[in-house]
Amino acid sequence: MSRTEIKIGGFGGQGVILTALIIGKAASLFEGRESTMTQSFGPEARGGACSAQIVVSDMKVRYPYVTVPNVLVVMSQEAYTRFEPQLDENGILLIEEDLVKSGPTRGKIRAFSIPATRFAEELGRKIVLNIVMLGFFTSVTKLVDADAVRKAIRDTVPKGTEELNLKAFEKGYEYGLNKLKEEKKKLG
Amino acid sequence: MKADPKGVLTGSHYLDGDHACCEGALAAGCRFVAGYPITPSTEVVERFSARIPRVGGIFIQMEDELSSSIAILGASWAGVKSMTVTSGPGFSLMMEHIGLAVMLETPCVYVDVQRGGPSTGLPTLPSQADMMQARWGSHGDYEVIAISPSSPQECFDMTIDAFNLSEQYRTPVFLMMDECVGHMTEKVVIPPADKIEVTPRRYTKLPPGKYLPYKPDRDLVPPIVKAGDGYRFHVTGLTHNEKGYPVMSADCQETLVHRLVDKIRVNAKKIIRYEEEKINGADVIVVSYGITARVAQQAIELARKDGVKVGSLRLVVVWPFPEKRIRELAGKTKAFVVPEMNYGQIVFEVERCAAGRAATFLVPHGGGTTHNPEDIYKKIMEAAG
Repeated sequence: MSRTEIKIGGFGGQGVILTALIIGKAASLFEGRESTMTQSFGPEARGGACSAQIVVSDMKVRYPYVTVPNVLVVMSQEAYTRFEPQLDENGILLIEEDLVKSGPTRGKIRAFSIPATRFAEELGRKIVLNIVMLGFFTSVTKLVDADAVRKAIRDTVPKGTEELNLKAFEKGYEYGLNKLKEEKKKLG
Repeated sequence: MKADPKGVLTGSHYLDGDHACCEGALAAGCRFVAGYPITPSTEVVERFSARIPRVGGIFIQMEDELSSSIAILGASWAGVKSMTVTSGPGFSLMMEHIGLAVMLETPCVYVDVQRGGPSTGLPTLPSQADMMQARWGSHGDYEVIAISPSSPQECFDMTIDAFNLSEQYRTPVFLMMDECVGHMTEKVVIPPADKIEVTPRRYTKLPPGKYLPYKPDRDLVPPIVKAGDGYRFHVTGLTHNEKGYPVMSADCQETLVHRLVDKIRVNAKKIIRYEEEKINGADVIVVSYGITARVAQQAIELARKDGVKVGSLRLVVVWPFPEKRIRELAGKTKAFVVPEMNYGQIVFEVERCAAGRAATFLVPHGGGTTHNPEDIYKKIMEAAG
């Protein structure tokens, strides 16, 4: 895999940037690959539109920006509307299903949905919705090794919240594995 | 001299260029930053203000860029390595004191995280349009040193280089970052303190009474003293003699300003740094710097796939400019292609040195994002004929 482009979109405050940071860190620091993370800078106060991009590669990343994402994670309707048309037609689309009403998929795009916010609320803190999403991303895309992501979570989240965040990760991860099984059955 | 371990965050990190620049400054021994936060450079001072109380040093959020750019000169004369950090609009305001820093021969570092201009322009988006401002922005004759990093790792490494050069040559050094490099996050490896080489200040060995603050060593750089160490000295922006006293004469101007210029020119060979790749036998050579060098590399590979012999010369130190090397190459290659995030700055230096012996092509970009590699590729193909 030479170069994979990932884009994550949502509201400011959902942890969009942190999710991207953990993915990049997992690849760069715990898998020994190369990654570059960039983010959109604008009036991204809580509630505004927010996006982050990561390029993961086995070789040095030269061009730093994402142009045609292979994976798109959307956690807001606006992010879906704005970024879905950019997604590669063989790409993977991950959707926060309670926050995004999605239309039919294009080309060979594989779409998977998760009620990440609801799961996070069940775990006791809505704030970990991004980590639920990260778990989902990890199992569905298999782009980054799950243990590397777990290490990156421990390395990144505030002290004292590691266990909660890892629980959130496992919740999303398991849900993703089940979604893959469902897909296999359907195709199978 | 090795770095003071107190300021060195040894290990592998995932940092953006701004944060990496701050760590580079701390590793280099910078213990005073005065700044007026401005996007996209704010993260440098934000991190410095959080880190410095534990390392031991001072951060002052000043009232503006004028005061920031002169406070660092005062700190430097008090014996502390110092830096200020800004972006285009602030850099414009600092120009007067950059001239003063040159005239007083004050070791210090100015970081400019370039954004789109003119004026307030594009606060959150990149450009490389301050390159000539760094060279010529202040009035009068002088030479500068400017370095252009292309990744967060280089933001760390080259901030250290900037401090070392400023100490070696007693001159302000510019770290010319841009928003893209400043805000992109990548792996940054910070070595152990005993693996980081830090240039100590060149203090005089002469006793008070014998010391002349502007009497140069053989390399044209005068040793320095620290305020409060018992030396009698005087600093002024006026043309001054070896004692530091103002002398309004053509002779004194010739002695002083000629030396200030020669201090960099004579030592240019030791300061200049560039990276070449596949230069031998190249029909086209891409000359680039900063983030654009990375983007250009993608274009170069595309052109090579088409069978074009393309070489790459990446300027690490942009000022002083590697005139001699470009002149040599102009006799060997057909054309230079110069992509930069502006409408033509460094390309004129390349053109001047090529002196008609090789064609020179600019790939301009107004900023706001990096070049599309395709545009650079097209120009390479055009240049290859």
